[in-house]
Amino acid sequence: MAEAHVVSNLVVALLLAAGVAVGFFVRRNRLWSEAAVDLRRRRPWALLVVALYVAVAVLDSVSWVGGAEAGEDVVAAYKARSVLDRAFSDFVEASYSAPLAEAEFYGGAPLVYPGRHLLGTDILGRDVLYMTLKGARVALLIGGLTSLIAIPLALLLGVSAGYYGGRIDDVVFFVMSTLASIPGLLLLIALIMAMGRSTLSVCIALGVTSWVGLCRVSRGETLKLRELDYVQAARALGVSEFRIVLRHILPNLMHLVIITFVLMFSGLVLSEAILSWLGIGVDGSWGQMIDQARDELSREPVIWWNIAAAGSALFGLLLAVNFVGDALRDIMDPRTLREDL
Amino acid sequence: MSVALEVEDLVVSFPGVGERTPVVDGLGLRVEVGETLALVGESGCGKSISALACLRLVPRPGRIDRGRIAVGGREILDLSVPEMRGLRGSEISMIFQEPMTSLNPVVNVGGQVIEAIRLHERVSRSAARARTLDLFEQVGIPDAEERLDAYPHQLSGGLKQRVMIAMALATVPKVLIADEPTTALDVTIQAQILQLLRDLQRDSDTAILLITHDLGIVNELSDRVAVMYAGRKVEEGGRVDVLAHSRHPYTEGLLRSMPALARPGERLAEIPGVVPPPDEWPRGCRFSGRCPRALPHCPDQPPASTPLPDEHRVWCHAVAEDVAS
Amino acid sequence: MSAPAGGQPLLRVEGLRTWFPIRVGLMRKLVGHVRAVDDVSLEVEAGRTLALVGESGCGKTTVGRSILRLEEPQAGRVWFEGEDLLALDPVQLRPYRQKLQIVFQDPMASLNPRMRVRELVAEGMRSFGIGADEAERTERVASLLERVQLDPDWMWRYPHEFSGGQRQRLGIARALAVEPRLLVLDEAVSALDVSIQAQILNLLGDLQRELGLAYLFITHDLSVVRYLAHQVAVMYVGQIVERGDTEALFREPQHPYTRGLLQAVPSADPQRRSLEPHVLGDVPSPADPPPGCRFHTRCAEAFERCSREEPSLFRAGSGEARCFLLDPGQEGAPAGSPSGPSV
Repeated sequence: MAEAHVVSNLVVALLLAAGVAVGFFVRRNRLWSEAAVDLRRRRPWALLVVALYVAVAVLDSVSWVGGAEAGEDVVAAYKARSVLDRAFSDFVEASYSAPLAEAEFYGGAPLVYPGRHLLGTDILGRDVLYMTLKGARVALLIGGLTSLIAIPLALLLGVSAGYYGGRIDDVVFFVMSTLASIPGLLLLIALIMAMGRSTLSVCIALGVTSWVGLCRVSRGETLKLRELDYVQAARALGVSEFRIVLRHILPNLMHLVIITFVLMFSGLVLSEAILSWLGIGVDGSWGQMIDQARDELSREPVIWWNIAAAGSALFGLLLAVNFVGDALRDIMDPRTLREDL
Repeated sequence: MSVALEVEDLVVSFPGVGERTPVVDGLGLRVEVGETLALVGESGCGKSISALACLRLVPRPGRIDRGRIAVGGREILDLSVPEMRGLRGSEISMIFQEPMTSLNPVVNVGGQVIEAIRLHERVSRSAARARTLDLFEQVGIPDAEERLDAYPHQLSGGLKQRVMIAMALATVPKVLIADEPTTALDVTIQAQILQLLRDLQRDSDTAILLITHDLGIVNELSDRVAVMYAGRKVEEGGRVDVLAHSRHPYTEGLLRSMPALARPGERLAEIPGVVPPPDEWPRGCRFSGRCPRALPHCPDQPPASTPLPDEHRVWCHAVAEDVAS
Repeated sequence: MSAPAGGQPLLRVEGLRTWFPIRVGLMRKLVGHVRAVDDVSLEVEAGRTLALVGESGCGKTTVGRSILRLEEPQAGRVWFEGEDLLALDPVQLRPYRQKLQIVFQDPMASLNPRMRVRELVAEGMRSFGIGADEAERTERVASLLERVQLDPDWMWRYPHEFSGGQRQRLGIARALAVEPRLLVLDEAVSALDVSIQAQILNLLGDLQRELGLAYLFITHDLSVVRYLAHQVAVMYVGQIVERGDTEALFREPQHPYTRGLLQAVPSADPQRRSLEPHVLGDVPSPADPPPGCRFHTRCAEAFERCSREEPSLFRAGSGEARCFLLDPGQEGAPAGSPSGPSV
């Protein structure tokens, strides 16, 4: 399992490379670069917040083994630790302590690092700020990886159904309707139980249950696009059907995909929080922190910093993402309609 | 009082790059009782916005910056919102271009006309229904009694437009504004609607402000014509004067580019170029960039009106010089 | 069969039938058909223009699309250069697609907003292997743009940066890029302002003279027809009701519908105010056409036979008309013979 971190590093590298590639594409394509500039103008703060979360997530994704410091146990020398892990290494207490406290919450014993835990510590004495920051990676992983699964699937099925119609449409329609008729949560639970609890299985389960929305939308949009004059013109010009889908249908669906992705992201993170509440979420997520807080809130005096930190982090990310998504929707929809006014 | 609608120095602006752009720039109009004035121009000239301004329905972010509008002698720009609402649909009505989208799809058509009547007059439902039935027959809707309960999607475009006309005329308005009322209709249906409008006007003395780009409709229906270009009036006069003896280069260009008035196979006279966007309007005459008769001072000085016989007026420096000599 | 020698029309359509099924309900039960094109025959000669005229629902647009097989007809033949296009499979059809192109009505919807103009115009070239490489195709795009009076430097722009009239020019350039012999112009100037329309009509006239293009000009605007077309075919509810040379048809229309149509066009000539609609009532739906002659419900000159039998095309004027009034075997012309010339 020591290789898991290598895979993770590779994935991060790939994603960064993909990001750079997208950046180049946007620069070259005037329509997209104008949209990007417009977005930066409308929601600079939201973009900054999202960028911050992404930066934190990357810090937690790049990990390697070794470099154990004096005083750590042997196990730590073999465990891959990320930049974030190392920054907060060994920053533990015995148990709960309030934010910026000098002593433990219960009992009042003095802390190892008094006044240095900005958000306090949890039941195991782990720094809450550290846990919260680690949660960013999990959230982005859930949102990102799941979307990477759901979106291509939805597009493939939706566009095929819309463009070719007939039998293919019937089959896709049937699958969509069936899935949509099963209570999402129950299906999620069933899938995760069947695949075993792991990050990947949660992502897959979430992916399987969230592609229907985009599929329906892209099918509808494809139906509409297929009848447009410029698609007919392409047919008259002898363009192959594959090329028509590639060059005429898909690019004109992209605005929908992006908006759906951004908005689906928040839905997915929230879904994971609910799964954690039920005990089958991803380890280390904010949802899990919130779940653990259930007990803590019923104590006397109340332990609030855990749930406050995780809740705020969750809220902050989703708020920023929603702002960006709404702005994107405003930019992209009227653009296609706003012709030579 | 013989002037049903009077507009003076109307300026309607929209936000643009930088300051606001006046899409209607100092327009003046006069429609007498029982008369039809056609407001002609191509897309973007500001004619539709002018019509909406007469009802104070300019869509935001547009705004009436200045001017005077009087309906039946009554100034409307100073009225409060409830007062204006009382006027709309009773003293001044409008019929729109798209009958498909101008009617509420979930209310039957009889109901919509009844509602329009009862909004402005204290009559019982049955009285309003009787009047609606009358109106439907007047506008030539066959099987009027059954049609009262029909929904818009059950009616053809021509019938929907007749319903709109019935609704607009239900309160016997002083002024009817018709914004491209037949553009979306077939030619044979258009002919029926145009004849209907003509007959109705004859019977009720309603003044009609007809917005259109079709010079054929202008000829068939109007008494006087005003030609607009890029927010301003460029020529105005009686129907025959403007259509047969036009003097403004734009009007002439428009008439000569019509295939109906050309010989088959002969090249149509073109007006070169396109209408300039508002941020490229010159300080003077806005047509000067495309005008075959443009003089050196045309782009700098807006032309004043040159009076011609029979209340025919032209806004053009070249014509002014012709007349002076 | 090789292409026949001169004298034969470039395009000959015979008995074209394109019906659309009407399906209702959850089970998508077939309840009837929209008979959009119902037994249409016409001819277009090389280098000449045939106008196809009619009101909404008459099927003229569907005729254009059916000829190009953008809609699949159920029956009929489309003879082009000696081959029946409807009998070819998609692979055999492909080379013919190059010779028949189409220009659409809506300047907004006819160009992919996400493609640059150069890509748009060159797309057909790539399909049919015109131009040896990208550089040559760029050159061709440049010369095409010049021919339609647009600045070649604009080929790197996107469609939304052009006005409606300019976009129609782009549509024409795109169609010309593959060097067709016939252009279907589907209401190509209907959405344009009068002054822009004049520019495009002039361009079309010039191109026809320079390149020997044939046009199938689909429109509802009769004044454009008279100006541009050599021959006219009038359609009503899926059928051709009159065909003939333009001047002859306008001077002496043979079919009551044609007469009514010409009568209904408002005239811009201030000496003539002629509006008195002769054609009353609404256009019937092609899903449910009237029995017998489809026009009889609105025809002032209809008589008993018209509601029973469907007339075929009879020789009339310079062409033919689908009306029993012109049936030489029709005994006893009804009271009130056809009114005189209406234009």
